[in-house]
Amino acid sequence: MAAVLEVTPENAWTALWRRLQQDRVGALCLGIVVAYLVMILFAAAGWLARGWSEEVGVPYANPGFLGDRPNLEAALQKGSQHKGVAPDLRNVDPLAPKYEEWAKRTGELKGTEAERSLTLPWGGDRWGRDVLDKAIKGSQVSIAVGVVAALCATLIGTLLGALAGFYGRWVNDGLEWLYNVFTSIPSILLIFSLAAVLRTGAFAHLFASGIWTVVIILAFTGWTGMYRLVRAEYMKHRSREYVLAAQAIGASAASRMFVHILPNVSHVILVQLSLLVVAFIKVEVILSFLGLGVPVDMVSWGTMLSEAQTELVIGKWWQLAAASVFMAIFLTAFSMLTDSLRDALDPKLR
Amino acid sequence: MSTLVSVRDLTVSFVTRRTSLEVVHGVSFEVREDATLAIVGESGSGKTVSAMSILRLLPENAVVSAASRIEYAGENLLTAGSARMRALRGREISAVFQEPMSSLNPVLTVGEQVAEVVSLHRRLSARQALERAAELFAEVGIPEPRARLRSYPHELSGGQQQRVMIAMAIANEPKLLIADEPTTALDVTVQRQVLELIARLRSRHRMSVLFISHDLGLVGEIADDVVVMREGIVRESGPVERIFHAPQDPYTRALLACRPRLDARPRRLPVIDDFMRGTPAPSAPLERPPDGAPVVQAKGLRKEFRLRTGLFASRALVAVKDVSFDVARGRTVGLVGESGSGKTTVAMMVMRLIEASGGEARLEGTELLGLTAAQMLAFRRRIQIVFQNPYASLNPRRSIGRTLAEPMRIHGLGANQSERYERARKLLERVGLPREAMERYPHEFSGGQRQRIAIARALAVEPEVLICDEPVSALDVSVQATVLNLLLDLQESLGLAYLFISHDLAVVKYMADEVLVMRSGEVVERGTPEAIFRSPQHEYTRKLLDAIPRGIEGRHH
Repeated sequence: MAAVLEVTPENAWTALWRRLQQDRVGALCLGIVVAYLVMILFAAAGWLARGWSEEVGVPYANPGFLGDRPNLEAALQKGSQHKGVAPDLRNVDPLAPKYEEWAKRTGELKGTEAERSLTLPWGGDRWGRDVLDKAIKGSQVSIAVGVVAALCATLIGTLLGALAGFYGRWVNDGLEWLYNVFTSIPSILLIFSLAAVLRTGAFAHLFASGIWTVVIILAFTGWTGMYRLVRAEYMKHRSREYVLAAQAIGASAASRMFVHILPNVSHVILVQLSLLVVAFIKVEVILSFLGLGVPVDMVSWGTMLSEAQTELVIGKWWQLAAASVFMAIFLTAFSMLTDSLRDALDPKLR
Repeated sequence: MSTLVSVRDLTVSFVTRRTSLEVVHGVSFEVREDATLAIVGESGSGKTVSAMSILRLLPENAVVSAASRIEYAGENLLTAGSARMRALRGREISAVFQEPMSSLNPVLTVGEQVAEVVSLHRRLSARQALERAAELFAEVGIPEPRARLRSYPHELSGGQQQRVMIAMAIANEPKLLIADEPTTALDVTVQRQVLELIARLRSRHRMSVLFISHDLGLVGEIADDVVVMREGIVRESGPVERIFHAPQDPYTRALLACRPRLDARPRRLPVIDDFMRGTPAPSAPLERPPDGAPVVQAKGLRKEFRLRTGLFASRALVAVKDVSFDVARGRTVGLVGESGSGKTTVAMMVMRLIEASGGEARLEGTELLGLTAAQMLAFRRRIQIVFQNPYASLNPRRSIGRTLAEPMRIHGLGANQSERYERARKLLERVGLPREAMERYPHEFSGGQRQRIAIARALAVEPEVLICDEPVSALDVSVQATVLNLLLDLQESLGLAYLFISHDLAVVKYMADEVLVMRSGEVVERGTPEAIFRSPQHEYTRKLLDAIPRGIEGRHH
C-alpha cells in the first residue's frame, strides 16, 4: 500500500515514451527513423558513402546480382576510346615541339585512375558512381531538407496560428493579412523570388551551403496550411471550459496557449507535419529540377530521380529503385511514427 | 390492453477487436398499446441500448445475443430483413432524441425536413407534403406554422426544435414513439411544455410511447408503467402507482428519495449507497450560520455585448443589468434562471473571466473589476469557480495529479512538486476519491467523480469564495445528491461562501440562504427560499416552481 501511495503522476514525456514502446508498429517505425538519422549522421561525418562522387565502376555498371547482364553502354564507351586515334597534326601544330616534354612528364606521374569494376553492389549511374553510396548521401540532403524545413514551417505555423486563434481581434486581423499575402502569390513564384533574394541578395553570404537556402524557402512558403489549421483549433478551444478553468486558477496566457491547449491540438499538428515532410521532399525534387534546389555538386533523392528518367528508357532501373526504396521506407516509417505519436499523446487510446 | 412490443431476455454486448463487454443482461419488458412505458436509469444503465434495439439502431459493434426476442405485433424484429426494418422505421415506430440541434440537418429548412419524412412513406406531391408539414407544425404547437416551414433549425429555439423533431416522429402516425431523454437538453419550463405535448399527442393518436429518462420524478408525471434499470439489468418494473407508492427495490427507493424535496431541508441528502446498504437514518435539518459580514459584494453588475449590424453600426445587447448581491462567510446565495438569463455571465464577471460593462464586485472591500491581470492573480487564490460540465472543464490530456498541482504551483503553495502532490492526494481524499486517482486521466472517471475533481482543483488554492456554476446540472439525478452533500460538507468545515447557480429551483432551494430569480438579465425576485416557495410574487417564479418534476403527485389527470 505504501508503495502505491508514493506513486506520483508521471511526466508527460515519460508517459509518451512508455506508451510509444507498447505500440509495436510505433516502436518499429521509431527504430527505422532513428536508423536513418544515424545513417545520415555517419554520412555527414564522412564515415559512410564518402566516395559517392568517385567514378568507381564502368558507366551503368550492373548490380552485383546481375553481373552477367550485357552492358552495351560501357562496351560502347570503351570501344570509342580505342577507336579514337587522333590524326597527326604535327605539321601545323605550333605546340608540336612541346609534345615530347609533355609525354615525358606524363610518364613521371603515376596514373591515379583505379581499375573500374564491371559490377557494383547496387549498380552504377551514367558516370559509374556507386548508386548505393549516392542513395545514402542523398538521404542526408533530402531528409535534412524535408524534416528541418517541415519542422520550421510547423513552428512558424503553430506559433502564428496559436496567437491568431487565441487572441483574435487585431492580432488575428494582422496575421490574416499576412496569410492572405502569402497565399495570394502563386507558390512557385514565391519560391523563385525568395530564392533570388537568398542566393544573390544581401543575405547570400550567410548561406554557404546550398541546402539551407532550400530549407528557408520551403519553411517560409509552407507554413500557411499549418497556420490555418492551428488557428481554427485554437479558436475552438480558447473558450472551452478547461481553458477558462485554467484562467480562473491564474494560469498565464502563454501557459494556457502552450501548456493547456497545445497538447489538445497536437494531433492536428502531427498529422500536418508528416504531410509536410512528404510534400517538402517532393518539392525539393522539383526545385532541384529547376536549378533552385541543391547545388550540382551534391546529391539528393530528387536529383537521383530526375537522372533516373533518362536511364529508365535504356533499361537501367537501379538508380530509380534505390532512390524510391530509400524514400518509401523513410516516408512510410515517418508518417506511421507520427500516427503512433498522436495515439501515444492521447490518454484515451492507451 | 394488449401488448404492442415485447422484449424478452435482451442481451447486448459491445465487441471490440480484443474484448467483448456485455452491457445489457437479459432485459425483458412490454410496451402496452395506447400507454406510456418509461425506462429509468442513470447513464450507463443500458436504457438507451435496450430501447434502440427495438429499432435496430445500435452501433456497428453491438451484438444482440441469439436468445433475445423482440416482438412487434407478433413479428420478431431481430430476424426481420433490412427492407422490412426500413418500412417500419418512421412509419410504425419512430424516435425523438435528446439533442434536437444535432438531430436536425442545419442546411435544410425544417419544412423540407418534415415534408421529406411525410413523403417517404406516402405518395404525395411536394405541395401536399408541405401542406401536411404545416398541419403537423400546428399540431405540435409551433406558432405561425406556415411561416416556420421556411426556417432553418438555428433560427428556432431549443424547444421549438424539439417540437419539429416530434412533428417528424408523428408524421406518419406511428404506433410506437421512442423518446430518448427528449427534454434533458431543454430549459425546465420548456421541458414541462414538451412533456405535456407528448402526453397530449399520445392520447389523441392512441399510440404508445417508450420514454427514456434518468429522472424518476419526471417520469412519474406521464408514465403508465415504469421499468427501473441499473447496470444492464431490470431492478424493478410495474405500474407507476406501485413504483411510487410501494417500491420494492432499494434502488428504486433511492431514486425516489435522492431529489431534494421542497418541503424539507435535511442536513444530508440520502444517496443511492445508503439505500443499497439499508434504510438511511433520517438526517437533522440543515442549520445555517447567522448572517455575517459579507465576503463578496456585487453591486449593479452590468454586461453589454455589441452586435455589429453594419459596417459602422452596432447595437448593444444587454445580457445582465443591475445585479447586486452579498455573500457572507459560510452562507450561500442562489442564482436561478433559465439558459440565456445571464446567470453564468454574472459568475464570469465576478471571476473576471469576462469583463463587466458596469457595476462593481468587491472581495472584502477590494474592487475586483478594476484590477490588472497581475493584481488579479493574488485574488484568484481567494475566489474560485466550479463549472457546469465536468466533461469539458478538465483538460483531457493532463493527469489528475498535474491538474491539481498546477494551481498550487502558480500561487506558490507547497515548497516543491512532491509536497504539492502530497497536498493533492489529501484533497482527493477530502472530496471522496482514492489517492490512486492522481495518475489517471479525466476520461477514466464518471461525471460525478469528475465534478469532485473539479471541486478539488478549485479548493487547491484554499479559497474563501466558491462560485458553483450549475455544478450538478450535467449529472444524473442519482449522482446530484452526492455532489450536493460534498459541497455542504466543505462549506461547513472550511467556512466557504458560495454563489450557487442553477436552473433547478429545487436544488437552489435546498442549497441557498438567499435566492435571486433571474430572467433576461434582470433579477425579477429575491428573498429567502422559504418565502419564495411559500408565496412567489413574480409570475416567472411561479412558472419555474411549476416546472419542478413532482413525480406521481404532479400528475394532472
